[in-house]
Amino acid sequence: MDRIAQAFARTRREKRAAFVAYLCAGDPDFDTSLAACRAVLDAGADVLELGVPFSDPLADGLTNQLAAQRALEGGMTTARVFELVRRLREKSQVPVIFYTYYNLVFAHGVENYVRAAKEAGVDGLLVLDLPPEEADEVLAACTKHDLKTVFIVAPTTPAARLARIGAAATGFIYYVSREGVTGVRDQVAANIPEALARIRQHTALPVAVGFGISTREQVRQVARVADGVVVGSALVNVIKDNLANCAGLPARLRIAAAELVSGTA
Amino acid sequence: MSAAAKPTHVPADQLPDAAGHFGRYGGVFVPETLMTALAELTAAYQQARVDPVFQQELRHHLKEFAGRPTELYFAERLTQHCGGAKIYFKREDLLHTGAHKINNALGQALLAKRMGKKRIIAETGAGQHGVATAAVCAKFGLDCTVYMGAVDMERQALNVFRMRLMGAKVTAVEAGQKTLKDAVNEAMRDWVANVRGTHYILGSALGSHPYPMMVRDFHRVIGQELREQILAREGRLPDEMVACVGGGSNAIGCFHEFLSDKAVKLIGVEAGGRGIRRGEHAARFEGGKLGILQGSKTYILQDPDGQIELTHSVSAGLDYAAIGPEHAYYRDTGRIEFAYATDDEVLEAFQLCSRHEGIIPALESSHAIVHGLKRAKALGKDKIVIVNLSGRGDKDVQTVQRLLEQKA
Ligand SMILES: Cc1ncc(COP(=O)(O)O)c(C=O)c1O
Repeated sequence: MDRIAQAFARTRREKRAAFVAYLCAGDPDFDTSLAACRAVLDAGADVLELGVPFSDPLADGLTNQLAAQRALEGGMTTARVFELVRRLREKSQVPVIFYTYYNLVFAHGVENYVRAAKEAGVDGLLVLDLPPEEADEVLAACTKHDLKTVFIVAPTTPAARLARIGAAATGFIYYVSREGVTGVRDQVAANIPEALARIRQHTALPVAVGFGISTREQVRQVARVADGVVVGSALVNVIKDNLANCAGLPARLRIAAAELVSGTA
Repeated sequence: MSAAAKPTHVPADQLPDAAGHFGRYGGVFVPETLMTALAELTAAYQQARVDPVFQQELRHHLKEFAGRPTELYFAERLTQHCGGAKIYFKREDLLHTGAHKINNALGQALLAKRMGKKRIIAETGAGQHGVATAAVCAKFGLDCTVYMGAVDMERQALNVFRMRLMGAKVTAVEAGQKTLKDAVNEAMRDWVANVRGTHYILGSALGSHPYPMMVRDFHRVIGQELREQILAREGRLPDEMVACVGGGSNAIGCFHEFLSDKAVKLIGVEAGGRGIRRGEHAARFEGGKLGILQGSKTYILQDPDGQIELTHSVSAGLDYAAIGPEHAYYRDTGRIEFAYATDDEVLEAFQLCSRHEGIIPALESSHAIVHGLKRAKALGKDKIVIVNLSGRGDKDVQTVQRLLEQKA
């Protein structure tokens, strides 16, 4: 079993949802980012979703846009993102998913990128602006190099597309619980159970839910129905709020993440 | 490009294919949340396209509101100045709101009404598309929000005020380099969040399917009129046609009607900025490579990792890192050729046209004039060159004044 399937199998045995932590790779610089990733893993994250910083993150809200900007200004490159994963792999077997935009995958050649990601220790690929309709090349490369794929389902996704998305995904399904870009929200959207039931008619893969989940209580609500809970902006905000104190940042992030992780039980 | 890689000939009216591809270009590269909206838009447009009632209504507004047809104008003194081919201008600058952009804004606003969408969003660079969109929204009673880079708001301040006068909300975009590309990002974010009740009037032949096709179609009227006008005037087709290319809407609208007239040379002019060096220009075919940006696979100015590069042009409307996918396709086939004009050349042509013809052209359109004049000089007096004058230059007067003062 691959690391993604193992992680979800384990949390299922433990009768809780997986905690999927999102951070932007290299935010605000390589060393702090490595320490930040290790902090959320120490706090109990089951899956690490690493945002690969892109100059034009059109599916992201301001929090993640600014994080990507900090990372790029801090010197992040494709090679450094792979290096970050290699460093994480020295101490952790937690599955790592790249959350990225297609141009970054395409620029070095799709197959080269997928192979390099696999070699670095990446487990899955979520390309935000790549619907299954355009994904043949990526799917073929991922099959060849055994990298799992993650696809998004939105509230606007009709039943007719669910089968297609279910067929393309091999890692898990990421249900974005609201229309909109990433960012903290006051309320978790309603109708999640119905949406999950709809999705599960088309796939046996785990379904993680995210977009705007920022408090322990929200994690708890979503964890009751989903296989995984994705928390991003709330963690990225901890980094943003502690930029003046990068040395103390990992400890703060660990506390904040642990509090959120405790909602999955 | 090698002969082997040259795409096989596909009749122009069969492009794009059903999935929005122009050969290897175009497509639908958007977040999942938008997939359904784009499919609905495609279906609605395909119906409207063949609906005589819709087309009739559009023609009516193009005439009565926008002022079509626009004149084909013989630029006599510029022709004398160059001493070569006859130069004609297609006067899209005479349209209501001052540029070709209104053709598309009207078409898409009518489509939005047909789809029951009451809220419109748009991006704008030079402000001409924003102004056109604000105008049609005022006319049809639609709620309108326009995203505009903070840098562009400053250099096109007059247009910001015009949009606000017509009731549009103009939102400054502070992300990235604060120009057109960043405004598109922000408009797409808005659309992702408000997709059910909102229509996004994209302003160029760019982005995801169906936009490159739909925007092109709404501008094809330019070339259709041109054909009749030049035949009436000269009894023959022109030898060459020149248009500036930001995303590529005025150019493809002008050229499309002539794609199968192989004797008519078609030339798109990109922004050469301060010269073809990284970050100093917006000529995608000079420094760009194949990639994916804002919904479409096309030529993009980017670094080796795929990060989008900064661009520069004196004209906000051409200051964009990607080019419309249909242009990339016809560049490969060789049917459309591309050139670029630098900021300095553009400033000169801007003044030359003003002095010799009494027409102040937009800085974007001045790129086409630069190259049109070069071609006229190179060709004999029995030849005809048509320059698409995509917009008027009132919006640019302050910018030019400042630049000329700096030079002095
Ligand atoms: C007058 C004028 N011409 C040309 C353009 C470039 O757009 P396109 O290449 O889509 O015609 C603009 C864009 O703002 C414009 O205002």
